Parts: sequence; C-alpha cells; structure tokens
Amino acid sequence: MNAPNQSGWKPTTPEAGDGAQGGLATTTGNKALMLEEPLIFEIADNQTTGVDLPEVDAGAADRLGGMARDADIGLPGLAEPEAVRHYTRLSRQNYGIDLGFFPLGSCTMKHNPRLNEKVARMPGFADVHPLQPVDTVRGALGVINELAHWLIELTGMHGVAMSPKAGAHGELCGILCIRAALEARGDAREVILVPESAHGTNPATAAFAGYRVEDIPATPEGRVDLEALKARLGPDVAGVMITNPNTCGLFEPDMRAISDAVHEAGGFVYCDGANFNAIVGRVRPGDLGVDAMHINLHKTFSTPHGGGGPGSGPVVLSKALSPYGPLPYTARTKDGVVHLVEEESADEFAREHFGGPLSHFGRMTAFHGQMGMFTRALTYMLSHGADGLKQVAEDAVLNANYILRSMEDVLHAPYAHSGPCMHEALFGDKGFAEGLSTLDLAKGMIDEGYHPMTMYFPLVVHGAMLVEPTETESKATIDQFITAFRSVAERAKAGDESLKTAPHYAPRSRLDETAAARKPVLAYTDPQ
Amino acid sequence: MRYLPLTDTDRSAMLDTIGASSVDDLFVDVPEVARLDGPIRDLPMHASEMAVEKHMRSLSKQNLAAADAAFFLGAGAYRHHVPASVDHIIQRGEFLTAYTPYQPEIAQGTLQMLFEFQSQVARLYGCAVANASMYDGSTACWEAVAMASRVARGKRRKVVLSGALHPHYAEVIKTMAKFTKDEIAGSEPSIQAQPDNEGLIARIDEDTSCVVVQYPDILGRLPDLEQIAEAAHAKGALLIAVNTEPVALGAIKSPGELGADIVVGEGQSIGVGLQFGGPYLGLFAVRDPKHVRQMPGRLCGETVDADGKRGFVLTLSTREQHIRREKATSNICTNSGLCALAFSVHMTLLGEKGLRQLAAENHRLACIAADKLAAVPGVTVLNDSFFNEFTILLDGDARQIVRDLADDKILAGVSLARLYPHVDGFTGGLLVAVTETTTEEDIETLCSALKEKLS
Amino acid sequence: MARYYTDEHEWIDVEGDTATVGITDYAQEQLGDIVFVETPEVGTMVDKGGDAAVVESVKAASDVYAPISGEVVEGNAALEEDPALVNTSPEENGWFFKMTIGDKDELDGLMDAKAYEAFVAGL
Repeated sequence: MNAPNQSGWKPTTPEAGDGAQGGLATTTGNKALMLEEPLIFEIADNQTTGVDLPEVDAGAADRLGGMARDADIGLPGLAEPEAVRHYTRLSRQNYGIDLGFFPLGSCTMKHNPRLNEKVARMPGFADVHPLQPVDTVRGALGVINELAHWLIELTGMHGVAMSPKAGAHGELCGILCIRAALEARGDAREVILVPESAHGTNPATAAFAGYRVEDIPATPEGRVDLEALKARLGPDVAGVMITNPNTCGLFEPDMRAISDAVHEAGGFVYCDGANFNAIVGRVRPGDLGVDAMHINLHKTFSTPHGGGGPGSGPVVLSKALSPYGPLPYTARTKDGVVHLVEEESADEFAREHFGGPLSHFGRMTAFHGQMGMFTRALTYMLSHGADGLKQVAEDAVLNANYILRSMEDVLHAPYAHSGPCMHEALFGDKGFAEGLSTLDLAKGMIDEGYHPMTMYFPLVVHGAMLVEPTETESKATIDQFITAFRSVAERAKAGDESLKTAPHYAPRSRLDETAAARKPVLAYTDPQ
Repeated sequence: MRYLPLTDTDRSAMLDTIGASSVDDLFVDVPEVARLDGPIRDLPMHASEMAVEKHMRSLSKQNLAAADAAFFLGAGAYRHHVPASVDHIIQRGEFLTAYTPYQPEIAQGTLQMLFEFQSQVARLYGCAVANASMYDGSTACWEAVAMASRVARGKRRKVVLSGALHPHYAEVIKTMAKFTKDEIAGSEPSIQAQPDNEGLIARIDEDTSCVVVQYPDILGRLPDLEQIAEAAHAKGALLIAVNTEPVALGAIKSPGELGADIVVGEGQSIGVGLQFGGPYLGLFAVRDPKHVRQMPGRLCGETVDADGKRGFVLTLSTREQHIRREKATSNICTNSGLCALAFSVHMTLLGEKGLRQLAAENHRLACIAADKLAAVPGVTVLNDSFFNEFTILLDGDARQIVRDLADDKILAGVSLARLYPHVDGFTGGLLVAVTETTTEEDIETLCSALKEKLS
Repeated sequence: MARYYTDEHEWIDVEGDTATVGITDYAQEQLGDIVFVETPEVGTMVDKGGDAAVVESVKAASDVYAPISGEVVEGNAALEEDPALVNTSPEENGWFFKMTIGDKDELDGLMDAKAYEAFVAGL
C-alpha cells in the first residue's frame, strides 16, 4: 500500500493493466471522458483571480484599529474558464439522481424538480435579508406560513416549528419541546425510550438534551414490542422516540396503542419523520397520537440533497406541545396578515391571539430557518396537490413491494413473511458465500451503474440492505434494476471473488479508510 | 402528474406481481382510525408548472429585494456579488442531486471539493483543520461551546460570552445551555467606541471552559483578540472566536493567528447569498490539530485507493451520531454541502488576490459612508475601528426611521432596538453595513434621507 | 506476575500493586484495523465495569471497561502514534493503561488463561 500522496498531485503513472479497467495506458492518466483532476492548490496561484475588482490601495483607508492583515492567507485563485472546468471535472466523478437510480433506503432520493430551483432564485426570496423591516418581507413570511399550513394539514397536527435547520436539528427541537412541556408542569423525567432499530440520531439527540436512553426491544416481526414497552413506562419516562414507518420499512400497527400507553403514563410520543414519504397524503401522524415529528424537506418534499445538505427539519407539534416551540415563528391572524413573532413580541402576541403567554424554549438558530428550502418544498407541494401527494405515497410503497417480491426468492428478506413493506424493502446477507459480504454486493452494484442501497442499517438485521426506490422511478427502470440486483446477488451467493475488489469501473477503486483514519490528512499542505 | 412516471397499466401489472388486488392492501398495517378515505381536504389539488410559478412569483413580489433598494443591512448576513458561474456549478445535477459521499468511489467530486473547502477555511481562519461545514454560524458557535466543555472534560462549567456577540448567537447558546447545564455569563454590549476587553477578561476564572468573542463584533468594532487569548489561556480556558463576515479576513488578521483555539463563523457572505436567513453555512475550525477528535461535524480526509491513486473519504466518523449514538460529539447529521460548494467555488474565483481586493473595496466604501454619515446633523459614528459595518447613533428612534425609509426603498440598516428589544438606551443605535454592492449614490441617498428625517 | 481475563475481552497483568490492562487478541481480531485509542488521563479514578478507554476501528468505537477499581497511573503513549500496535501486539506492546489495584478481592472473579480460552471457544 502506498502512503497518501501528501506532496501534491502527479499524473497517474500509466502501467500495463493499470487499475481494474486494464487496457491501454495514457500519459495523462485520463481515460477519454474519465478525467483526473488535481487540487486547486496544485493548479492555482495567489496572483490569479476570476473576478474583476478595482485595484484599491489597501493602506489608503485604514480604520482597522491596528488589526490589518500582514501575512498571506494562502488562497489559490483561478480565472473563470479554469474554475468552471475544475468543478465540472470534479462533478463528473459523482453519482447523482440526475444520472441514475438511487435506491438508498431511509434517504428518499427522489427526483428534484427544476421548477423548485427556479422559484428559490426569484429575487423576492433569494435577495432579501432576514432582518429587513417586516413590511418589506410579507411575501417571505407568507411562504413560511403557507408551508406551515400544508405541513399541519398533511400531518393532522396543531402547530409547527419552522426554524430547525435539518432533520437532526428538528429532532432536537421536538425533544426540547417535550422537555419544556414537562418542566412547565414541574415534572422532571429522566428517560427517553428508543427502539433498538432506531437511527443513530435518536439516542444522540436524547442524550444531548440531557436524557438517559434506554432501548425498547423488537418483536420477531420487526415491530416495537408493545407489552415490553408498556412494562417499562412509568413516572420517570419523558417519552418515546419511534420511527414510523420504522427503519425495517414496516408500519407499526400498534402505533395508536403505543401512543395511548405513553400518554397514560404522562409521557410524550416523538415520531422520527424520516420515512414520511411512505404515508404522505394517506395517513396523518396526528391521528396516531404523535406529539412531535420532524419532517425532512429534502426527503419527502424533494429539496436537493446537495452532496450532504443543506437540509431543513420543521417539526410539527400536537396541541399539548405547540405552546413550547422555539422562536421565531410566523402566525397568520384573522385579518389575514402574517406576523413574525420574535422575542420582543412573543408574550404580547400570545396573550392577544392565544389567550395566554407562550412558554417557548428560546431560539435554536440565528434567523428564520431554511427559507431557500421552504420555497422549494412549497413549490413541490403545490405542484402535487393533495391528490398528487397521496399518489406519491402509493407509488413509493408499490415500487418497494414490487422489488421485495421480485427479490425474495434470491435474497433473504427477513420480514417478507409478515406482510407488505412500506416504502422500502429490507434484505439480509444470509446465503452469501463465505468471505463475501453486503459491502461486496453493494460495490458490485456500482459497476452495474447504480448507487448502492443503504448497507448495515438497521443494525437488527445481519448484513442489512435497505432498498428505497421512491415514486419517481418508472417500471422500466425498476425492472432493469431488479435484473442487475438479482445477478449481483447470485454472484455473491456463488462466491464470485471479483466482487471483493469491486467497483472495477468507478473513478476510484476501494479507498483505504484505515490509513485515512490512522494518520488523518484533513487539509492541504504546501510542498516544502 | 408530471413527476410520477408509473402508468395505470404499470401499477396493475406490479400489483399482480406482488399478489395484491389494490394498493390499499399494501397499507393494511395502518390502524383503522388513521385511514383516510381520499385526498386530504382543505388542500388544493395538483397544479401545472405554469400555475405554481405564477403563485410563487406573486409571493416573491410582495418582498422588497435588496437589489431594488439602497441596501445597508448586515448584522450577521451580508450582501455581496456572487459570480454567475457559482450558481451554474451548484446547479449541476452531479452536485445538486448527489447524496452524502458515503460511497467514496462514486463521490470523489464532492469529497475532493470538501477537502479543498476545508483547506480554504483553515487558511482563512488561520487554523490547522476545518470541518466540512455546519448548519450556520449560530449553531456552529453553540457547537464550539459544547466542544470546549468536552475539551475540559466537563470539569469547567462556565462560558463567558462577550457582550458584543451577536445577540441571536447568544440566544442559541443560552437555549442549548439550559439543557446541558453550562453556566452562561453574558451581557449586553456597552455602547462605546472601543470594545470592553478589560471587563470581559475580568469575568474569566478557573471554572471557565471558554470565552466567546465576535471579531469584528456586533457593533462592527475590532477587539484585540490576542490580549483576550492570553488572558483566557492564563486561566486554562479556550478562546472561541466568532466571525460573521468572512470577507473581513481578507483585510484583518486571522483569529487563529491571534491565538483563538476554536474559530467558528458564518460563511454566507461568500457564494451563498441572503436568502432571508437560510440555508447558510457554518464554518468550524481548530487551531491545534490535537483537538480534532473533539470536533463536531463531518471531516473529509486524504487517502489512496487500492491501485495507489490519491482519493478522499469521510473520516474520523466514529465521533459522529451514526456510530457513537448517545456518546457522539454532536447529534449533527449533515453539513451544508451545497453551500460549502458555493463558498469554495466563489473563493477559488476570488483567490488570494481577489479576496484582498474585495476586502479593500468594502473597507474603502465603508470609510466613505462613515465620513459622509458623520457629517449629517443628528448622526454620530460610534466606532473607532471597523471593517465594513459600523454603528451610528441617531437623534431619534432608529427603528422607526428604518421602517419609514423602507417606504422609499431605502433599507437603512439594522436597528439595535430590533436586535435588543428589551434593552433601554439603544433607541438611536443603527448598524450600517457597506459592501462592494453599495454605490456612492446609495450612500448619498441614505445621507439625504437621514438629513431630512432628523431635521 | 499473574495474568487475568474478563468476559469483555480484556487482559490484566498484576505485578505487585500495579495492574496493566489491554484487550485480547480475540478482541482486536473482532474489531479489525484499529485507528485510534483514547487512554484515560493519569489520576483518573475508575470503577470496576466503568468506562476507562475507547478503541476505534474505521466504522466502530468500543468502550473498554475497567476490569477492577483503582487509579490510572499511566496511559500507553505509544498508541497515540501507532494505534496499529493493538493489532500487531495486542497482549504485549499494545497495552492500554496501568492502574493501581483498589481492591484485590475484585481479581477473584476474573478468568485465567485457560478459562478465557474455553470462554472464547464457546462464543
């Protein structure tokens, strides 16, 4: 194994049979459309710039109070043509929804409509400051309020906190609402119950909010064990965090009974809304007794994932929790005006319109939340309407069940016997040849032109593979995927060794993550 | 519906394969009480692209866009010109519609970009290592406070906030601290020409985990971070420097260079735009590499692939929630990837030369504005030092004046009363920000409007 | 010198009043390539069964529990530079920390080499 190249980029040395693709070597290391690209630090310098700015004598006006910079920063600059080419070349080493099928379970990688992008860039949304006088941003507040209305109606809840910046932030918001509500009634509770199959953010969030986390066991059918849950409930339990549909892709049929039991014991029900796409427009979590649920706008409501954010995680709240949400928030009064409620106006506004002061728990972020995501999500909702969103859930569930039933004779599907799945199909690695793993199968799918499914999650299934097709794939696309998935699964079962070194056709073969973690190189260092 | 490719023929063929008679059979696990009999009432039905665009445009038009006004707002969000190629790049589907790069073989584009971004931020902040970004400046600031508590192994409980830290950032810290039991020692800014370093230093003691100082501060002043860093280190506390205007760092010394241990800030100024407050870009860096394992958020690192070619991966992920669960450094689960890309592209276009020029131009125009405003009767400029934002004191109710001027398409700044509604004595205070997008004509417009208002 | 084992796959060498603690060969094999070890600070008082150290592979972080109660007197500084020592020499150079023995009776409940071997064989 070579040491990480710390001294800068060199063209890949062409060797016979270089890489897994073999074939002829080239002097550049490029292979036609597969282009190697150095780091900006290796191709740019500190004299080049891609913007035209006036030459100002930095010393002419100086009110910097003795803090003027004298050292170089060390930032590389490129002229526009070179910059555009650099990033375009980099982009081509990425997989994206625009390129192909992305069956990534629990991530809801659906098509991102371009109308959303166009709307988000309208000057009245993109070019307004969060602290402008309220009369100059009524339309922006209107967007927040209209989106809030949709979220409340779609979930059958009472209120919504719009400011959380992402799903995990929303989760934290929900748990803090629960905590604030309990503290308001002088009820200090210590424990949050979380199912074993939960996403890692759930216990991380509960711990961050100062709670002790205890596991709830699952039944052999992959559901929450209601009796075990009931037995654990008591005056020390602040609430439960449940994912529904759960991380095994199954609906919790006892959800109503779970909520009733938790409420009876004086606790609250937090529902992780990561899997809302399965039920949007068809089932309202409010009807199941949920008190708080975050909604990942980048999943269900098609805002782009962007290679890892930005997300947006509004939290819908039950009547019991609504008074405890964070600031700021928007509210439409009877005269049709949308108000921005911040620290200064919160008490007065609440007394006037809700008949009492609010017990908001404070501010979670500097401004009003992810406006750029609100405009996209609202555009998406208006496009679909109530009828279209119902169809979204139905097609997402239909596609997942179609994959489940088309694969269960080849791959172990641990819960297939217990009935239909929701929007994602779960498989395990039982039956794979010795030495071949879920990872190998997933990397083999890369060579077939697919992004791998979610692997090793949920933890309750050995070698788990979670496949979420979403509703934006055609039957032809899914049929082709099934053919490929079956063939790679058969190879894993037959012990095809070539899977162990897959992918063979990606811009990079498997990367040495151990070396990366043992001696972290996290920033570029200039060659000595 | 234009985003749904399945036809009714497809649907019935698929139901046959599944062995279900209707799609309702797939929802059998939903309890009776929660089954709806049709589309949710009180919501509209689907609409064409044209109709949706029209509706959204009408909402957009109810806002006064910064480009249509003489614009002077700052206070944590700044209006800068973003080159057209930035938006072009971030709209490429391979960036826009990519997932978090957990499959590095097919995500080298995002990963290499993040490595470059981390390197740019580290250099800008004068630090060793920056992460792959956080939600925004305010949440990054709280994460830094939480990290300082981890570095102190929970043995120091006091967090000293500078009075001149952005009040919304201070609010976020106070909100979170209620749940983590950190003791927050904060205050309001003192309205004076110089930041109150001595007062701040006097509050640092042996129980202090960190001191949080904004640079430039909320009133636009430039505190001497070096002096504060020395005082903090003498008591064994960390200095967290907060920067809400990265363009300033093209003109002033970096916080790392001045001894800050953790540097956080808002990156929105470079590449991201105003967007009514979000999505923005939280920047997070540490000066000393030994603190890397206590950092929150994603990190991208360099390595090699099986053929010895250089490549990049997300690394040190054992700090994160999906592995550590309740022992994670943070519950944070995402970064602000596309905003980080916008920042990185814009920064590459600027380069050292462009950023220095941009900073100089901002400062030049701000000096002109300060001088012209100081000449208006009833206006006093508070600051001795500033970069592109400063505080003026008006003989009048600044908040009301801002509202009134907005009617004439002058967005005059952010009043201190808006930021500190519960503090008396801030009535006349107004923060005025000037960037390269401000013209000398805009400055004249503001001056004459204030002259008229205050006479 | 006596060597003991725990069912959490730690070994303890007792020499006089000091015990040296590490993880077993079996444990390192289960964890895979070790990339980082966080050893406890000198002076830390640890309770039997409480968290004492953290060992990380690329995709997993595991807590190492104190096999007995006592005070940490030294962490293995070599692991900071070369965490791979845990893989290459788990039961010798890859030790984690040394501690005092707060209560000698706590050693009674631990396994000897033979018992541990049988324990691992039964997994």
